[in-house]
Amino acid sequence: MSEIRRRDPRREWIARNRLHPEHLSVLAEQDGGVAASEWLGPNGVVRKNLRAIGFIGPNGVKRIDRSGAQQGGQVAGASRLAAQDSRRNVTIEAPAFLVAVVPDMPGGRLSGHDKDLLGLARRLADADPDRPGAVLAVIFGQHKGEGGGELKTQVFGEAGIDRLLHLDDDAYAGFAPEARLAALAAVERELAPRHWLLPDSPLGGADLGRRLSLSLGERPAAGVWQIEADGDAPLGWRCTARGAAESLDIQRPLPRVVLALAECAEPVDETRHAAEPLALSIEPPATLSRIEDLGQVAVDPAGVALAEAEFIISAGNGVKDWEGFHHAAKVLGATKGASRVAVDDGFMARDRQVGATGTWVTARVYLAVGISGAIQHLQGIQRCDKVVAINLDPGCDMIKRADLAVIGDSAQILAALVAMVEQQRGGQRDAA
Amino acid sequence: MRPEQQGVEVAVLVSVGRHPITGRARRADQDARGLELALGLERQLPGSRVNLLHAGPRGEESESALRGYLGMAAGAGMGLDTLSMLEQAEGSDVIPALAEHLAAAPPQLVITGARAERGEGSGLLPYALAERLGWPLVNGLAAVEGIENGVATLLQALPRGQRRRLKVRLPAVVTVDAAAPEARQSAFGPARRAELEVTAVAAEPDRELAEWQLTPARKRPKRLKIVKAASARDRFKAAAAKMEGGSGQVLEGVSAEQGAEAILKLLETEGVLR
Repeated sequence: MSEIRRRDPRREWIARNRLHPEHLSVLAEQDGGVAASEWLGPNGVVRKNLRAIGFIGPNGVKRIDRSGAQQGGQVAGASRLAAQDSRRNVTIEAPAFLVAVVPDMPGGRLSGHDKDLLGLARRLADADPDRPGAVLAVIFGQHKGEGGGELKTQVFGEAGIDRLLHLDDDAYAGFAPEARLAALAAVERELAPRHWLLPDSPLGGADLGRRLSLSLGERPAAGVWQIEADGDAPLGWRCTARGAAESLDIQRPLPRVVLALAECAEPVDETRHAAEPLALSIEPPATLSRIEDLGQVAVDPAGVALAEAEFIISAGNGVKDWEGFHHAAKVLGATKGASRVAVDDGFMARDRQVGATGTWVTARVYLAVGISGAIQHLQGIQRCDKVVAINLDPGCDMIKRADLAVIGDSAQILAALVAMVEQQRGGQRDAA
Repeated sequence: MRPEQQGVEVAVLVSVGRHPITGRARRADQDARGLELALGLERQLPGSRVNLLHAGPRGEESESALRGYLGMAAGAGMGLDTLSMLEQAEGSDVIPALAEHLAAAPPQLVITGARAERGEGSGLLPYALAERLGWPLVNGLAAVEGIENGVATLLQALPRGQRRRLKVRLPAVVTVDAAAPEARQSAFGPARRAELEVTAVAAEPDRELAEWQLTPARKRPKRLKIVKAASARDRFKAAAAKMEGGSGQVLEGVSAEQGAEAILKLLETEGVLR
């Protein structure tokens, strides 16, 4: 059967209009077997089954929707599906030019900054609808999509990538600016993109972009936050960049290499691009690096500022076993946080408080132990990626926010978690 | 090994900073941190020498700002009572002058701040110098752990308070940003008494910069939350909706071990356990 849902406005109108003579027959056709709530009885009397009307809402209360979205006894379930599929598929077969983007991909995923940058790349590529350019993304190392296989490329396609060059080699792991630069130089020689866009971020884009622009012999624009079309400029665009420690706006023609700030453009949200994999015909030459990466150093999690900690374990009113909590934080290597109640009761220091009156945290993983989730606390964790909640109350607000919630006694669960981690580490040591 | 060989020759490139609120000239924050790092090297490697280098126009304001660096070295005894200043006209390119000066008497380590607080402030200067001199460059330095046989062990600052250890062959250019140790206070008296060694150098005007329009920074527009909805009903829902349970997974009625296992799995996929 065809996936496309055809609308018949007249039938919809009849389905809404309960006084229409054909109302019941239309409903019966639409439902396809679901019991009608109203029918004509044998004696010519209209009979109603009130229990068949409406649906059960999210809070367990029966709701009756008379807007027409609900027809017969059920909500039209297709509406949500339709919202998901509203993206237009775009394939650019023969691009007039290429816009190369080198995203940071922290943790193997496109960050918000990367998506903004890809939005900027789309603006540059789609400026002339007759001669569209293609956005080429150069990605180093492993990447994690939200799913596997096809879904993985879909994430890239939805970010606005037409061509994907994935360079996965041990040489690019860690801090390897020289190897990455050699790869980008190979891309430049082979594909000659018209624009090079990199994020001006401390995650690596700022460093790589400046090296790249010097090796290309271009003077880059750093800290770009706005672009506009301009026929007089060599590339047809002007940009506004931040300079002099954020105190100046520099207006200049857009150069070939652009280092852009976050929120430089809106991320792509209306189209889905092909994200066709691409490979270089000539392997980039192996470089002899003068910088040797000895790997990350273990840092004391307590010394990391709460606002920039990557992994926070936070305690609230539900924590009774404080010894166990501190031990768990130590074993997991997490920075400690607390809710207002835990701080007011004197269990944690004031500078550890997370929330509206405390610190607004940006952790990638936030483990909330015994925190019910007051709105002030939830404000403080708005920018966290993954929230894990351990709580006794299944109805609290923190559970609604959490990506993973475990209902149970926090002390036992933390103890079990600590035991598992210690066992794993012990096993690794034995193996080594 | 003779102790004299242990010391290293360090050049710190300093610039005139700008106070973020008053806009007055001061010692630049990142450059002062760089000098602090260089002064800290003396404790590790006795016999190290630090040279301060600045290129730019000479004026009363910039001179007092530059003396701020000299005041930091009071009593350090690393030959730090002068600052070499390459005098240039306003608006000229400092990179060729600095590269020439460094190439004439190459130090083993060049320390600079990541970005200038005046002018274009693109942070390109250390990269351009490294490219011209052909030296490796390490950005975002937090500490120098040691220098042995011409190889420096450095600690690089990563976002989120993380650190990475690197080994780099000297000579090298390193940049410091806000993660490096905070600069000490500057002593006023020694700063007044110190001397600026001024050399006039040929200057190339930066023509590109002269063509650009520089205006005081405008406040960036805040991004609005865009609600895409087909009908008024959906828009109202989006505006009035309380936070709903999203796609979160809720484990109820499981044993502590099962719950812990699920949490551990998530922590491992996110890669936060070390």
